[in-house]
Amino acid sequence: MSLDVMEMVLVTIIAAATPLMIAALGELVAERAGVLNLGVEGMMVLGAATGFAVAVETGSTLTGAIAGAGAGVALAALFGILTVVLSANQVASGLAMTILGLGLSGLVGASYVGLKRDPAPHLDVPGLTGLPGIGRLVFGQDGFVYFGLFLVAAVWWFLWRTRAGLVLRAIGDDHTATHALGLKVRKVRFLAVLFGGACAGLAGAYLSLAYTPFWAPAMTAGRGWIALALVVFASWRPLRVLAGALLFGGATVLQLHAQAAGIGLPGQALSALPYLATILALVLLSLGKRQGGSLAPAALGRVFTPHR
Amino acid sequence: MTDIAPRPQPEGPTPLFGAYGIVKRFGDFKANDGIDLEIRAGEIHALLGENGAGKSTLMKILYGLLEPTEGVVTHRGDIVRLGNPEAARALGIGMVFQHFSLCENLTVAENIALVMPKSLSGRDLKARIAEVGTTYGLHLDPDRPVWSLSAGERQRIEITRCLLQDPSLVILDEPTSVLTPGEAELLFTVLERLRDEGRALLYISHRLDEVRRLCSRATILRGGKVVGACDPRQESARSLAAMMVGAQVGEVKPATGAAPGRPRLVLNGLTLPAPGLHGTALHALTLTVSGGEIVGIAGIAGNGQAELFDALSGEALAPQAGMVVFDGGDAGRLGITARRRRGAGFVPEERNGHGAAPTLSLSDNAILSRHATAGLSRFGFLRGAAAKRLAQTVIAAFDVRKAGPDPAAGTLSGGNLQKFLVGREILAEPGILVVNQPTWGVDALAAAHIRQALLDLAGRGAAVLVISQDLDELFEIAGRIAVLHDGTLSKAIPAGETSRESVGLLMGGSQTPPPASATVTAGPAHAH
Repeated sequence: MSLDVMEMVLVTIIAAATPLMIAALGELVAERAGVLNLGVEGMMVLGAATGFAVAVETGSTLTGAIAGAGAGVALAALFGILTVVLSANQVASGLAMTILGLGLSGLVGASYVGLKRDPAPHLDVPGLTGLPGIGRLVFGQDGFVYFGLFLVAAVWWFLWRTRAGLVLRAIGDDHTATHALGLKVRKVRFLAVLFGGACAGLAGAYLSLAYTPFWAPAMTAGRGWIALALVVFASWRPLRVLAGALLFGGATVLQLHAQAAGIGLPGQALSALPYLATILALVLLSLGKRQGGSLAPAALGRVFTPHR
Repeated sequence: MTDIAPRPQPEGPTPLFGAYGIVKRFGDFKANDGIDLEIRAGEIHALLGENGAGKSTLMKILYGLLEPTEGVVTHRGDIVRLGNPEAARALGIGMVFQHFSLCENLTVAENIALVMPKSLSGRDLKARIAEVGTTYGLHLDPDRPVWSLSAGERQRIEITRCLLQDPSLVILDEPTSVLTPGEAELLFTVLERLRDEGRALLYISHRLDEVRRLCSRATILRGGKVVGACDPRQESARSLAAMMVGAQVGEVKPATGAAPGRPRLVLNGLTLPAPGLHGTALHALTLTVSGGEIVGIAGIAGNGQAELFDALSGEALAPQAGMVVFDGGDAGRLGITARRRRGAGFVPEERNGHGAAPTLSLSDNAILSRHATAGLSRFGFLRGAAAKRLAQTVIAAFDVRKAGPDPAAGTLSGGNLQKFLVGREILAEPGILVVNQPTWGVDALAAAHIRQALLDLAGRGAAVLVISQDLDELFEIAGRIAVLHDGTLSKAIPAGETSRESVGLLMGGSQTPPPASATVTAGPAHAH
């Protein structure tokens, strides 16, 4: 395989990995605060429809991306009101958000089906992007990719290097204890859910503005669920999300190439790889040498009702 | 909040903190009803009262977790508003929680950083933790995750976190409930030192011996009102208890005369692997409980009590049937229902979730343990009327206080639910009864009721095994006492031939207890 073909494959892997990575980072922050948001798929697909529609109307990809994130925030706010403020069951509410998001996105995108736009512009640094082998890989990506990588670093720094991140992790570990210390459990959780929604919406907008620059109903095709699996696979650590997204993205791309090359393995089996990898990761994690404690945020999925 | 209650004339200098006319309503219920409390610098002030007397509510008001419906809090004579714990901490109020408010998966330093000023760097924080450690003997490794620490170490984190804010008032809620006697002794040294530094301490405890030893003033609450104040050093544990419950606590009467009968519950080298990462393995436990006697198992939580209970109740099966013998028959491989059919009864430690399903009614909860032994089902269908009758019988016999005819178990107070659960088993007239922590978190009257019921059951010829952390309880009712430490059971010794001191040492893991002297069987434990 020549260097350029290799670069092509890597570029497609990164393109497939980016939406998974952005959506998973948002969900990671929400889960670190103790909220399990199963509505990622719905927030993603609503972000894709809204992002495309706004980009078509305004002609601006950036405005479209921001609108996509905003749509995710709006749906996440509804989820937050249900689960954080009203203490509704997180699993049921999350599933409802996914169904609602799929329905709403069809409505928002109805008159945009079949339209095409130019994909989001790629970086073009004279002299560098043209470098053989690595030029397009490092200097020729679109803004979403660079933003996603920035987000990995930013989330890592926030969670492990700031006091606000410590408070968020503490609340995800034990909401009763942190409430007793006077920390604002509901406020932090609500903000974390909104951040997760923004990331999911942005990841959806990437699909309709950059990955395949058109809108088709249900175009997320289960990527929201892969992002949820990715958070577990990454054992709630941002840097591992980056590695896992490349692995999961790679599996998706590999599947396409395997089909094109006529390899006897059915594509469906390859599509299942990310989930198998997640199960394997879970087994390996629990076989790990830890004697106690838990890798998952201990309060994950548990609703908090203050006695006041 | 707005109207200021008339201030009582202060006796002596202005108190450090005062709470006047505190009322806290939850709906129709008044948890605090016009409470006045004054705390002075340099004193350890006891707050006494039964469960539900309003101690926790008052404490939460002082720490800013709850806002009072009426009344004011003052600091050095000025009225202050404690809107949240941050405001309370800023005034120098610190709190050591009973059920530690620590995040298990964070490190010691991270847990402390949660309440420290934002500007404090990680390295400075560790230096200050070490400083408090050397000053007060509270040594901590700042990088250890909390889940790997013992109860005593966890409390050290709470106290260190409190002291790092240089508090003028420290509120301690049942601080010794999870400590070994030795750890409690260390705690008392720290508390006395804090008092001598001129800080005020508000000390909440059920253990009246500790209160009499540490505290110079006590305020007694009952039903949300202050019913008395005294100098606990001038009172006996008995008179304090009487003030708390508003009546004389009946002393339990041991069953008399009955010579131990035949062995009914026998453990033959019961050995079980640890059930999980956090579990304790049991190592060759050997014990005989005869009809007519109560045998007590002492030990600090987490030394195999839960595992022993599970092995006795059938929730965990023994590797060999002969390791657990009920009335001469091997029972080690029998399930729970089969063991109940052999005439055994079990009361687990956790009331909500193990002993009872909190959202189910009391009659449904009666079915849970008695379905096979009280004829509550026929052809696989439940007999609701019979279950209701059984529940009513238990409620009447054990004076269970509740709202409504057949309420959900979770709505009962801890003491009343425990009376129901113990009653549910005892009314089956079991030949063997195993009870884990029978009066944990139960008020004094209910506890006396439960202990008397256990004594009476043994008096009727049953073998009763009581697993408890409360030494006072064991010395009150048990004929013989064995100690469970790290999954190993000591020999059961007649209660009259041992002392709290030597049992306490065994609980802490000492292999060679000093010979018990006959005179130290009463009074607080001195482990050193």
